[in-house]
Amino acid sequence: MADAADDATRRRAIRRQAASIVAAVAPFGIVFGAAAATAGLDLWQAVGFSSLVFGGSSQFAAVEILGDGGSIASAAIAGLLLNVRSLAFGVIMAEALAGPWWKRATMSQLMIDESTAVGAAQSDLHWRRYGYLVAGIGVFVVWNLTTIVGFVVFSDAGDLITDLGLDAAGPAAFLALLWPRLAVPAQRRTAIAGALIAVVLIPFTAPGVPILASMLGVAVTRAWPPAGRSAEVVSS
Amino acid sequence: MNAATAVLIIMTIGTYALKSAGPLVLGDRVLPVRIRQIVDLLPAALLAALAIVSTVGDGQQIVVDARLVGLVVAGLALWRRAPFVVVIVLASAATAITRLVT
Repeated sequence: MADAADDATRRRAIRRQAASIVAAVAPFGIVFGAAAATAGLDLWQAVGFSSLVFGGSSQFAAVEILGDGGSIASAAIAGLLLNVRSLAFGVIMAEALAGPWWKRATMSQLMIDESTAVGAAQSDLHWRRYGYLVAGIGVFVVWNLTTIVGFVVFSDAGDLITDLGLDAAGPAAFLALLWPRLAVPAQRRTAIAGALIAVVLIPFTAPGVPILASMLGVAVTRAWPPAGRSAEVVSS
Repeated sequence: MNAATAVLIIMTIGTYALKSAGPLVLGDRVLPVRIRQIVDLLPAALLAALAIVSTVGDGQQIVVDARLVGLVVAGLALWRRAPFVVVIVLASAATAITRLVT
């Protein structure tokens, strides 16, 4: 009996965590729908991205590059690079998602930042799986509904989007996703290197290429690791 | 088939392969540390590039306009630990107001 009560408390706590994360996704979904409309996509394509690809920042990247006149290859590669981290998430979550192959195959579609964050935060395998599924399904539903809302409300409204300053929503969303990483020195160096590489390349390369080239920022960070641990201490 | 459909198909297949590789193939084996470190850093470079290029990029031109004000305001809001919604609304509002007064 005590165990059952304990389980109920646990379930409620996980649902609360998931709910706040799901709510935070809603405005982002609306912005994605609007961005897809601005870039000239059809509604079914916008929803296709949100349900079949289902990877927030990668969808933004691909649509941004397409809207800017970038090639199919640069849009797809930039989008896929942003999803490489799903590979790492999959490795983290694999044990908790054990079961028949078709179940693992279905649950894998929910492999995103939010579901992994809630899942990996739990202590044992059973609750990891529960947290992963609750957050993953919640985000999936809200993400797709808000994509439709954003698309319908803001399609054919290019002027409205600039009048309301919504073209700044994409950049602000990218910065917000980046922000928590900036607290870590290696991440910060990589972000600065990536941003510099991208800006310098804008005038010289096709749209989309600067985004791809930014990943060389990782090489820069790894070539000059905390070289300046002592220098940093001195300067601070 | 237009460009967006092609990108959608490629990304659907590629993303699903990345998502499912762990659960379907790797099981509970772990990636080498060096690869994990690189995978862990990639999003920082890409997100920073996306933020700055979608702010000052316009095709192959660098254009500094009201969007930059929005990005700076977003940065300030994040620094003050504002929630996601507030960051987006403030950035949009700052950009809209800048356009109105310039």
